[in-house]
Amino acid sequence: MKPFTPKDKDSHPTLIHPPYKSSNLRSPSKNSIIVPQTITELTGPQFDASALGELDNDLTRNGRKTGEPLGERLIVTGRVLEENGKPIPNTMVEVWQANAAGRYIDLDDQHEAPLDPNFLGAGRMITDKNGEYRFLTLRPGAYPWGNHYNAWRPSHIHFSVIGPNMMTRLVTQMYFDGDPLLKYDPIYQGPPDEARKRLVADFSLDDTEEGYALAYRWDIVIRGHKATPADA
Amino acid sequence: MPEMSEKKQTPSQTVGPFFSYGWTPQQYGYDHSDLVPGNLVKDGIQGEVITIQGIIYNGEGEEMKHAVVESWQADHAGKYTELVAKDKFSGFGRIGTGRGDDASYRIRTIKPGQVDEQQAPHITLTIFSRGLMHHAYTRLYFSDEVEANAKDPLLQSLPDDRRYTLIAQRMEGEDEVTYRFDIHMQGDGETVFLEF
Repeated sequence: MKPFTPKDKDSHPTLIHPPYKSSNLRSPSKNSIIVPQTITELTGPQFDASALGELDNDLTRNGRKTGEPLGERLIVTGRVLEENGKPIPNTMVEVWQANAAGRYIDLDDQHEAPLDPNFLGAGRMITDKNGEYRFLTLRPGAYPWGNHYNAWRPSHIHFSVIGPNMMTRLVTQMYFDGDPLLKYDPIYQGPPDEARKRLVADFSLDDTEEGYALAYRWDIVIRGHKATPADA
Repeated sequence: MPEMSEKKQTPSQTVGPFFSYGWTPQQYGYDHSDLVPGNLVKDGIQGEVITIQGIIYNGEGEEMKHAVVESWQADHAGKYTELVAKDKFSGFGRIGTGRGDDASYRIRTIKPGQVDEQQAPHITLTIFSRGLMHHAYTRLYFSDEVEANAKDPLLQSLPDDRRYTLIAQRMEGEDEVTYRFDIHMQGDGETVFLEF
């Protein structure tokens, strides 16, 4: 098995990022120890369609109790790729988010914005043969949090990607182009300047559905293999 | 042939505090299915049934609620089964540290065999939490595998005074064996975290 590329230091945030207060005590303070890749790291959980429910990729339907959830319908789509640009097919992508008012269904979310009885805010899907994922949801609202005075999280959707093995695991957040809160958010500001821009999804007219839903497109790049001169 | 071009990795972001209704909904009582459970033991499973139990501590020694642990391991014979199927053993588990006072995680599984001739039996644990901008990888080894641990290349490459942080302590229970594996994110006794 060919070794995988390492975690790219220029792309990821440092573990302790003081403006994000809870990182100061909850993140490792010593450097990780780099060890060889063995069969343990070069394997990982894989999923097929049996892991999915019928409505798992439709957050506008999978939480309905009495009717439709409220909010602006969005299609979010893109590809999961490795660093050489090769698409990653058949990989599990999980998403979760706040509702249109900026409130999570989570029992510990105390923000005084309304819950939507018809919105769960969680879904999952498997990339197709071209590495594409696609789901329908509602635009999540921004919400306040206690990190500092008048702190607001920009609208975001949480993503979890499994990838081909244990090392390709990625948990991240997708943001929306043009959000004025991005520059004030210490979590978005965690990764280096050039890298953080890769967390922002672009509006995509081509992916909208006329009369039904707006669309955003966002590609996710995970560890894998570098382009060789032959495929560059 | 699609066009190939060099891409940069998408930055990691924290899992945040509000993941449990999507990641571990059954454990926390949400009306949603689990992708994978924290109990990997199925009927007719081969191997010794064990529970991995531990607390995750922050830099001030406080128990970390709202954290989640993923496990990846081989079966009793040391073989990895990658496809996660509902009716047979898969080495992938996921469990949260809960919302309440008992902020421990519990993974019920089987003790893995050796995956190759060099490495002692082990389980990879991946920790996610609010305050963690990137997940942290570590490995759990077993206190009763003294001989195999002494030959394990990863364990032996670690500083002598930190190696113990990766050894889970075997505790014989009335019915099943528990291995205790606390994780210290920082400070005295900071767990060894790994990169590959």
